[in-house]
Amino acid sequence: MSRGYEEAPEVLTNGAAVIAHNVRRSFNGRDVLKDVNLTIQGDEFVALLGRSGTGKSTLLRILGGLDADYEGDVLVPQRRAVVFQESRLVPWLRVAANVVLGLRPGNGGRAALRARGLAALAEVELAEHARDWPLTLSGGEAQRVALARALVREPQLMLLDEPFGALDALTRIKMHALLQRLCARHRPAVLLVTHDVDEAILLADRVVVLVDGEIALDTRVDVKHPRDRGNPAFVDLRNQLLKELGVNEVDVAPSLLHAVSGGDRQFHRQDPEKI
Amino acid sequence: MSVIDLVSRRSTKEDEGSNSIDVITLEHPVSTKRRRRSFRVPRIVRRTVGPLIVVALWQWSCSAGVFTSFEVASPIAVFDAGRELWSQGVLQTNLLVSLRRVAEGLGVGVSIGLFFAVLSGLFRLGEDLVDPVIQAARAVPILGLVPLAIIWFGVGELPKIFLIALGSTFAIYINTFAGIRGVDTKLVEAGQTFGLSRWGLVRRVILPGALPNFLVGLRLALVGSWLIVIVAEEINAQSGIGYLIMQAQTTARTDIMMLGLAIYAILGLCADALVRLLERRLLSWRRGFVGA
Repeated sequence: MSRGYEEAPEVLTNGAAVIAHNVRRSFNGRDVLKDVNLTIQGDEFVALLGRSGTGKSTLLRILGGLDADYEGDVLVPQRRAVVFQESRLVPWLRVAANVVLGLRPGNGGRAALRARGLAALAEVELAEHARDWPLTLSGGEAQRVALARALVREPQLMLLDEPFGALDALTRIKMHALLQRLCARHRPAVLLVTHDVDEAILLADRVVVLVDGEIALDTRVDVKHPRDRGNPAFVDLRNQLLKELGVNEVDVAPSLLHAVSGGDRQFHRQDPEKI
Repeated sequence: MSVIDLVSRRSTKEDEGSNSIDVITLEHPVSTKRRRRSFRVPRIVRRTVGPLIVVALWQWSCSAGVFTSFEVASPIAVFDAGRELWSQGVLQTNLLVSLRRVAEGLGVGVSIGLFFAVLSGLFRLGEDLVDPVIQAARAVPILGLVPLAIIWFGVGELPKIFLIALGSTFAIYINTFAGIRGVDTKLVEAGQTFGLSRWGLVRRVILPGALPNFLVGLRLALVGSWLIVIVAEEINAQSGIGYLIMQAQTTARTDIMMLGLAIYAILGLCADALVRLLERRLLSWRRGFVGA
């Protein structure tokens, strides 16, 4: 599936988990990605920001091996996992079976595999739902199962495609904290695709802004942990990113600036037709 | 004091105060009847009531002389005929013969339908090769094949099983094919990213996803197979319920003819119950609307 990996299985990347070189992708003659270059270090958390239709999900799908029709070179680790906006749990498999879906029983056999799945579920605090059907879970719970399903593979690269986009604001806060804990423990390289500026600043070490298929900005997030939305560095970076994305300060209602889900709502104003 | 009392008291007070506040009529968002439904008739009882009413009307119309006993036998007469044939051992043997034919024909028909549905559901090439043939064959009236089936397979069991298989296979094919193609591509994609092999994808994602449609097809196939077996047995057979009905015609025994039909009806009900049971067991993961 991952072209780059199969062609050059022994590439040593000097600590990089993703190397994308001059990646180009077009749909029906329209270039969605135009010569994108991106390197992600082995334990780096990168947020990929962009408005709808700027190619951020396309890039993620290429890195995840879900799209083979690209030009350029891409190298990704063998162990990688994707979390989508919808949980994409298989409804007719119990939660625990969903978590270990596609994993082959190793030396320990099926029992060991099941134990691994349960351990991953325990990490997202859903061990008691192991025997449940996915359709009985709430949106946040289903997304936590999707996280467990990704984590159980011990990924060297986690690809998150707007994983919290469909969740309510309160659940999203909890998911942010959970994701931070999990990443601190497992240290995978992470690429988080989002259109939520606050989410990007809150979670990422580095923010990459994609505009019309090109990287318009690539900046480190120099805001002290724990990151506070009121922190001047946070506000400055947010304004910079919003500007890059084409949202001017006059577009932003002042009351929304410090609102809980501020970033997201600002975008609804600007981009009401988001997918 | 209930909420209603509170509301009415306050509103009278306000009337006395003669403030010019607009009166707003309040009501419960759902009628209290719908909320306080404590007693529920068991499902099985409710499902039996309809057929019982039909039988009662049937008996009443016979007793009241709407029909002569030659035109329509009453339920009691049909029951007596059943007892008579049972004591002679005729009913059991013929019923078993019919059941066996249906089981065999259905087995063949479901297997074939499933095989081709999977073939054309999974592979575009399979679809292009198989689907037009099946769509054309489906349009041929099966009953028109009866004379040919006799020429091809003689008068034994084979033509009957052939016809029953044919009568059930298309419903299985059409529905299962639609089910396979209806599986959410997002799930397939997720399965792929999580390392499911091609066979694993088929076994864990695609076929279970098509199961609800397959069961719909199975219901239709069951009905179809009973339809065919009676025709097959009336035209050319020395045994079976259809044969019993034909025999009864020559001796003008309306009660036995109607007994045969009643047996088909009861068997149809049983078959449907069986599929319902299967659905409940196999599709317990679903949380769809089950009716008010």
